[in-house]
Parts: sequence; C-alpha cells; structure tokens
Amino acid sequence: MTTDGPAPLLFIIPAYNEEAALPGVLVELADAYPEADVVVIDDGSADDTAVVARAGGAVVLALPYNLGIGGALRTGFRYAVRNGYQRAVQFDADGQHHPDEVPALLAGLDAGAEMVVGSRFSDGQPGYQVGKLRKAAMGVLTVTMRRIAGQDFSDTSSGFRAFSRPILEFFAETYPAEYMESVEALFSSVRAGYRVVEVPVTMRGRELGAPSNRTWRLVYHYLRLFVVLLAAAPGSRSRNRRTRSASEASP
Amino acid sequence: MTTLVGVLARASDTQPVDDVRAMSIGGRILVAVLTALTLLFILRLVRRGHLRGKYALLWLAVGAAMVGFAIYPDVLVPIGNAVGISYEPAIIFLSAIAFLFLVVVHFSYELSRLEDRTRTLAEELALLRADALDPHTPHPQEDAPELDG
Repeated sequence: MTTDGPAPLLFIIPAYNEEAALPGVLVELADAYPEADVVVIDDGSADDTAVVARAGGAVVLALPYNLGIGGALRTGFRYAVRNGYQRAVQFDADGQHHPDEVPALLAGLDAGAEMVVGSRFSDGQPGYQVGKLRKAAMGVLTVTMRRIAGQDFSDTSSGFRAFSRPILEFFAETYPAEYMESVEALFSSVRAGYRVVEVPVTMRGRELGAPSNRTWRLVYHYLRLFVVLLAAAPGSRSRNRRTRSASEASP
Repeated sequence: MTTLVGVLARASDTQPVDDVRAMSIGGRILVAVLTALTLLFILRLVRRGHLRGKYALLWLAVGAAMVGFAIYPDVLVPIGNAVGISYEPAIIFLSAIAFLFLVVVHFSYELSRLEDRTRTLAEELALLRADALDPHTPHPQEDAPELDG
C-alpha cells in the first residue's frame, strides 16, 4: 500500500446546525483514530458547522440546502465510493456515539458482515431512554422487520453503523431520502441479500440540540415507513433489488 | 352488458331530453365566456413558454372540450344515452373528477421524480464543491490552470 491510497477508514458525519457539538466529536475521533479520514456533510446548516468542521480537520461536503439525513448520508456514501474507501463508519455529529465503540462495529466487518449496526437495546442495554411512543413503534418495527426481512433487529433506527465497500456502493445509489431512512436502508440492504449484523453498543444521551420527535410527526413518519416497507416486501418489485442485480457482484 | 346499456338507454329515452337545453341563454353565455377565458389563459401560458409541450397539449385539449360543451351541450345527450346516464351534467362531473384525479396522481409521480433528481443534483453539487474548494480531498483533481501569458 502506498501512502497515496485512501485511509483504511472513513468517518461519515452528517451535520445540521451542529457547530456546538461537532468540534468535540472531531477531537475525540482524531484522538482515537488519527489514521482515519473524516468527512462532514453540512446539510444546509445556518450556523458555522462547515467552518468548525474544516477547523477540525474534516473534509466538508456542503449541501446547497437541507436534504435531511438521508440525503446527507448518500452524499457521504458517494464520497466514500468515489475516493476508494473500503470501510466507513456513520457517526453522529451531536456526540451520541462513543468512539470507543467503533472497534466493536469494525470487528463485525472483520467477521464477514457487510453492514454492522450498533444497537442501544440488544441484550438489555441499560442507560438509553426513549419516549413511550417511540419505544412502542420501535417494537412494532422490530416485529415487522422480522416478518418481512427474516431477521431480528433490536434497534432498527440506530444511526451508528459500519459499512463495507459493497454496501457503500449499494447505498451510494439507493440510500433513501425521507425521515427515518435508517430503518428503510436497513430493510432494503437485508432484502438485497447483504449480511447485516447487530452489535450492542452504549450511547450517550444527546449532548446538544433538540431531538426531532414531535408526536404527530412521528406517527406520520411511522405510517409512511410502513407503506414503504410493505411496498418493498417480497412479491413486489423493488427498485433496490433491480439496482443491486445490475451493479453488484458480491455474495 | 349491451342489454343492460340498452335498457338504461331506453329508460333515459322516456325522460325529457332537453335537460341541457333548459339552461337559460344568460347561463350559457356565462359558461361560454368563462371557458373562453380559461382557454385564453392557457394559450397565453403556452405562448410564453410557461408550459412544457405535453402539458400545453393536455390543457389546450381540455379547454377546447370545455368550449365545445359550452357551445353545444346537446352532444351530451347521445353520450348519456350510450353509457346509460340520464342526467347529462353528471357526465361532465364524472369525467371531470376522473380526469382531475388522474392528473393529480400524475403530478405526484412527477413531483417524486423531480425531488429525486433535485436531491441527486444537490448531492453532486456538494461533492463538486468539495473538489473545487478543499485541497485536502484525497483523490487527484485538476488544478486550476494559470492563464496569464
């Protein structure tokens, strides 16, 4: 390997108005993984997110307007694919994720998984509180996922994930745009035949910034999500499957 | 099926067929003027290039049909007889609702497609910007050539 090749690992950090929390996150990552590259996708922030990200040594991809986390992530996946990264970790800009937990995700990739999801809830993880409605909805999602994807996930919406090259290429084309895209993406990747595993992680409560869960908004998005999942369920034609069969050669 | 239509048509024959003609002269003029204005409005949009060809054609056809019905509402009578609707204005309402429904569904489809495309453009723009502005981007890139001399 020459030094000109890409770093062995890329951190993909979607950020929307995170100028307060982002510097700390970047410092933590730089301390823990000095050999990794970091790309921050500034999702149309009104504050100085891009400035603090550059100051923190990250490459900044500035979206011209707010696309939502799905758009920001797909931008990051495209960046990873075009620059030849073999592995990437999706990391939160608001300090929810522990850098210490990254090796657990990477170990999952080492063990042959194409995507590893850090779960807050598997094996009775303590310490992460969610609202009642969200908890109930998450339970329903787990069951739905078991039914139509044939696999158990305890934390379908976790945004703490590690990706191998094949799934980076898959997501660079197909990563969904709408809110709670993480669930949709988890589903579509399992449906497309990728090996996806879950590992238990601990997460911190959100450091700064308000969580985006207004009740009715949440209800609407869960309903929308179910329609999307059902539309992609076995028996219906899926855009993702077609794309995969056209562009993927991995097992 | 044909017998059913026949029966319905005969049933409608027994009703007075001049429902449509019952509209007053004033009413007909009002309708004709409104539809003519609509058509003119569409024509103006087309001439200024505000409508893509396919939509221009669509709305011109709709406008022309509206003018046609306003001038010759009697054409609805044989249509009503053929499909078994004895109250002619219902033909207009039914076809208008069905048509508008299809148009709105089509617009939802177009809108979804456009959102996908603008999203892709925004993402590509972010990647291009990084290439142009960020010297740390790891992959090789063209340097802006010096052009003096």
